[in-house]
Amino acid sequence: MNMKSILNFLATASLAAFTTWVPAQSTPTSPGATATVRNTMAQRMQACVMCHGNEGRATNAGYFPRIAGKPEGYLFNQLKNFREGRRRNQAMNHLTQLMSDDYLRDIARYFSALDVPYPLALAHGLSAQQQQTAEQLVFKGAPERQIPACASCHGSSMAGRLPAIPGLLTLPADYLIGQLGAWRTGLRAGSAPDCMADVAKRLTHEEVGVVARWLSAQSLPTGTKPEVGSAQPLPVPCGNGNE
Amino acid sequence: MNRMNPRKLARRTGAIVLVLTLMLAALVAWLNVRGEVPLEAGGPAAPASSEVIGRGAYLARAGNCMGCHTTTGGAEFAGGRGVDTPFGIVVAPNITPDSRTGIGNWSASEFWRSLHQGRSKDGRLLYPAFPYPSFTQVSREDSDALYAFLRSVPAVERANAPHALRFPYSTQAALAVWRALYFRPGVFEPDAGQSTDWNRGKYLTQGLGHCAACHSGRNFLGGTRLNAEFAGGLMPDATWYAPSLASPNEAGVQRWSREQVVRLLKDGVSAHASVSGPMAEVVFTSTQYLTEQDLDATARYLASIPVSEKPRTEPRRADAETMLAGRKVYEQHCAACHGDRGQGVSGMYPMLAGNRAVTLESHNNLVQGIRLGGFMPTTAGNRQPFGMPPYGQVLNDNEIAAVATFIRQSWGNSASPVSPLDVLRVK
Repeated sequence: MNMKSILNFLATASLAAFTTWVPAQSTPTSPGATATVRNTMAQRMQACVMCHGNEGRATNAGYFPRIAGKPEGYLFNQLKNFREGRRRNQAMNHLTQLMSDDYLRDIARYFSALDVPYPLALAHGLSAQQQQTAEQLVFKGAPERQIPACASCHGSSMAGRLPAIPGLLTLPADYLIGQLGAWRTGLRAGSAPDCMADVAKRLTHEEVGVVARWLSAQSLPTGTKPEVGSAQPLPVPCGNGNE
Repeated sequence: MNRMNPRKLARRTGAIVLVLTLMLAALVAWLNVRGEVPLEAGGPAAPASSEVIGRGAYLARAGNCMGCHTTTGGAEFAGGRGVDTPFGIVVAPNITPDSRTGIGNWSASEFWRSLHQGRSKDGRLLYPAFPYPSFTQVSREDSDALYAFLRSVPAVERANAPHALRFPYSTQAALAVWRALYFRPGVFEPDAGQSTDWNRGKYLTQGLGHCAACHSGRNFLGGTRLNAEFAGGLMPDATWYAPSLASPNEAGVQRWSREQVVRLLKDGVSAHASVSGPMAEVVFTSTQYLTEQDLDATARYLASIPVSEKPRTEPRRADAETMLAGRKVYEQHCAACHGDRGQGVSGMYPMLAGNRAVTLESHNNLVQGIRLGGFMPTTAGNRQPFGMPPYGQVLNDNEIAAVATFIRQSWGNSASPVSPLDVLRVK
């Protein structure tokens, strides 16, 4: 991907992040017309799965992120960020607007407990040079620019880390680019110190594109859980990561 | 005949116009200050008792002060939310006790004057986006309790953003004229022929509750016969329609049991209805915190509002093609929850057959509901509400128009069809 197309990507994806989700290949679907209505959490969450995929298992195509199996703390923080306007997405801001902390916690718990298969790995289509750049950043980072390795916080298998750091693999590349772009421009924010905003600002546009495509194309075995957090401090101070 | 020379005539006409203008200005000025008593001397009051502060906190809920004076995710009562009106945006100010940017230097009587007369500490006229045409009925005792409560919240230093109003609406003169036409300071007069509860309900509805601010129609100058008719109208930002409280075909509760009204305001959902849009916000930040007794009193007053139906013409029937397209969308996206005959599931998914919210003359709320989806507000009585996906993500304007039309003309429902252009026009 050349510089210009990455910039285009960033512009459209970050625009999408605060206006409306634009469904791409993964067309959202409605609950089946034959379903019977039950008084369950799964039934309540039918309002979410139209976009986030059946049981919250959105694929690596399109724009909607998988939410199934992400750490409860992470999902709770994000729901709160949407409710309080630190993350901007018209649909998510509206849906969370009139929810209590308790209900946001219930929703986070529900989706974090789901254990559903990850989508299959994809061909990332990166050149050998780009692949090397991506893997370098993912596993080693760029210490000379204060960029920690993705794996140093998001788990050695990048399936996330408890209590509140999300997994990154299989998320749509457009979504990842959109988020990194939103951090760079201040449209997405976490609790201070906002570690990801700092990291995103240190990456080049080109790096954002190749890392996103690399992460999106990987898969994980079914049943992979976020790593249990260790006593080891994170390489960068992080407001949301330790809640 | 003695003909006046033209210069003399012009001078005399000019003098008459000048005198009339001055008289009119004097009238407008007098209408803006009549009935005002001089402010009591003295600065901010000493801290009040915890009982008074507690009562003030309750009254702040009843008046939904936070609804405007707190932004999404912002510090409580520190202001900043803009009210979008046809004349521009009015920004709610900081009402925390910060002395530089809030109301820390206000006295209790200055605070009372703002509620009762719509004037700021320095005497400036306030915009009626601050609903003082309703708050004018709030008693001095309640005003003092509110004041005491607002002095007890954390002081937040946050400078007020200026309003963004167009000329001439941005001027005090325009505001003075508006007030001369539409604002009368008033004191709540209990009706001796009615019960104490009814009077309490009327006081809450017409005063702090400022229900008329949305549920009364407005003319092109933003004027309303406030508290007189509750005839319904588009919200000032023209997104949602606040249905009439005088019409049992809109939001009138003249034929409801009081218990149903209490449940709707307390829990956000009752056996046959649920709140959505701006009213869901009102339940979330205001009415769910009111006592059942106050809500029952409110229900008693609401039920007594004289019925007044707007004449409606027989709606045009939609063509078969639109109905077929609408049915297809309905069966694919809506029927799983709302039922194949629009019957809904009690307490979870509203029925659509015979639901007055979907057959309002204005299609705004139905279009907004489909487009934005949303959850009922979480309340003590509905801790895990059900919700609807934001179909604006997947349906285009044609599909939204078709399914809205299908819903408005199926299962005995009878309301005008909705065109794609209608959908586009709903902001």
